[in-house]
Amino acid sequence: MANLKDLKNRIKSVKSTQKITSAMKMVAAAKLRRAQENAEASRPYSTRMSAIINSLASKASPETAPALLAGTGNDNRVLLIVLSADRGLCGGFNGSIIRSTRRQVESLNKEGKTVELLMVGRKAKDALQREFRDIIVDTKEGVQGTAVSFADIDGISDIIIQRLENGDLDRCQIIYNRFVSAIAQEVTIDTLIPITIEQDVDAGTDDMAAAPYEYEPDEATVLEDLLPRNLSTQIYAAVLESSASELAARMTAMDNATRNAGDLIDRLTMVYNRSRQAAITTELIEIISGAEAL
Amino acid sequence: MAETTAFELVTPARIMMAIDASMVVVPGSMGLFGAMPRHAPTISTLQRGVVEVYVNGNVSNRIMVDGGIVDVTEDRCTVLAERAVNLDNADRSDLEAQRQTANNNGNAREEEFLDAAISAL
Repeated sequence: MANLKDLKNRIKSVKSTQKITSAMKMVAAAKLRRAQENAEASRPYSTRMSAIINSLASKASPETAPALLAGTGNDNRVLLIVLSADRGLCGGFNGSIIRSTRRQVESLNKEGKTVELLMVGRKAKDALQREFRDIIVDTKEGVQGTAVSFADIDGISDIIIQRLENGDLDRCQIIYNRFVSAIAQEVTIDTLIPITIEQDVDAGTDDMAAAPYEYEPDEATVLEDLLPRNLSTQIYAAVLESSASELAARMTAMDNATRNAGDLIDRLTMVYNRSRQAAITTELIEIISGAEAL
Repeated sequence: MAETTAFELVTPARIMMAIDASMVVVPGSMGLFGAMPRHAPTISTLQRGVVEVYVNGNVSNRIMVDGGIVDVTEDRCTVLAERAVNLDNADRSDLEAQRQTANNNGNAREEEFLDAAISAL
């Protein structure tokens, strides 16, 4: 059995770990609220944006539609945007993203497509750069948390648009953790290019027929102006979802860690008390047998 | 009370402003135009400029936007803009600080926009 001093030190160190994890939990909880508010506040913009895109896209003919809307017509090169965290200690958050990315790359490769990766966030890059070194086109860090600026996102969509224009890309997908609730996050793969036009377009056109819109300067120009913005908006929304998920995952993970530390402290304290009593008993026996021997 | 149109200015971060206005003048890419109640449904792109919101015949709010899109129907007017600065409660030194940060980050687009916003104050 370990001696008393060792046990005492052990208990002390677990206690300080517990303090850290519980502080991290509180920080994550406070930030989570803000991140959730951010994610909710960004929704009106993206819903209005997609409503306009939907009504425009249903009018555009497939032949003349811009590549950002309809794709290039081919489907050989896929760019996968991977959103992970810059920091660890958030439970299965990064692990599930990494696993899904690997699976997605494999299944796309099996279909004979060329896959490239754009990593946003350090953790997934660190984990995947060994096996996918050749197909990672770029890495962005620091694009997350509670203060994501739209300008950072523009940088990402610029890369995508550049590659689309150069003909290096036919399809663009984004893989991220969707925020379901504080205890559940779901890995989601969305296709950014080509844009999937929602099925309730019929209802939309009825509405539009009742109130025919005028477009200034004209439909094609509006669409051309809108599509890059829409791309940024979608990425922005995904980043916000991912940030909220990260904080939620960290909160849960740190809550568990705090509880585990508590259990461990209880167990160690019990062992400590037992050994202390055992030591006292031994000492007493020694004294008594010494006295009896006289 | 006179008829009003429901004006909303939405940025990616939040709904920046939502009021009932008697007229909204927006910097369309084909030139300024005013959106009043019962305006024909129009979707127009915007250029950098100032959105002026009129309530009861007076300008009540001025907002600098960096392009975007406006969706006008008979009873509402929604402006979607990536960057927007409310000129009524903006602080010159604040904007200048922001411009400095944009400059340090090499973000030319943001810097230009803030420049324009400062000179429109």
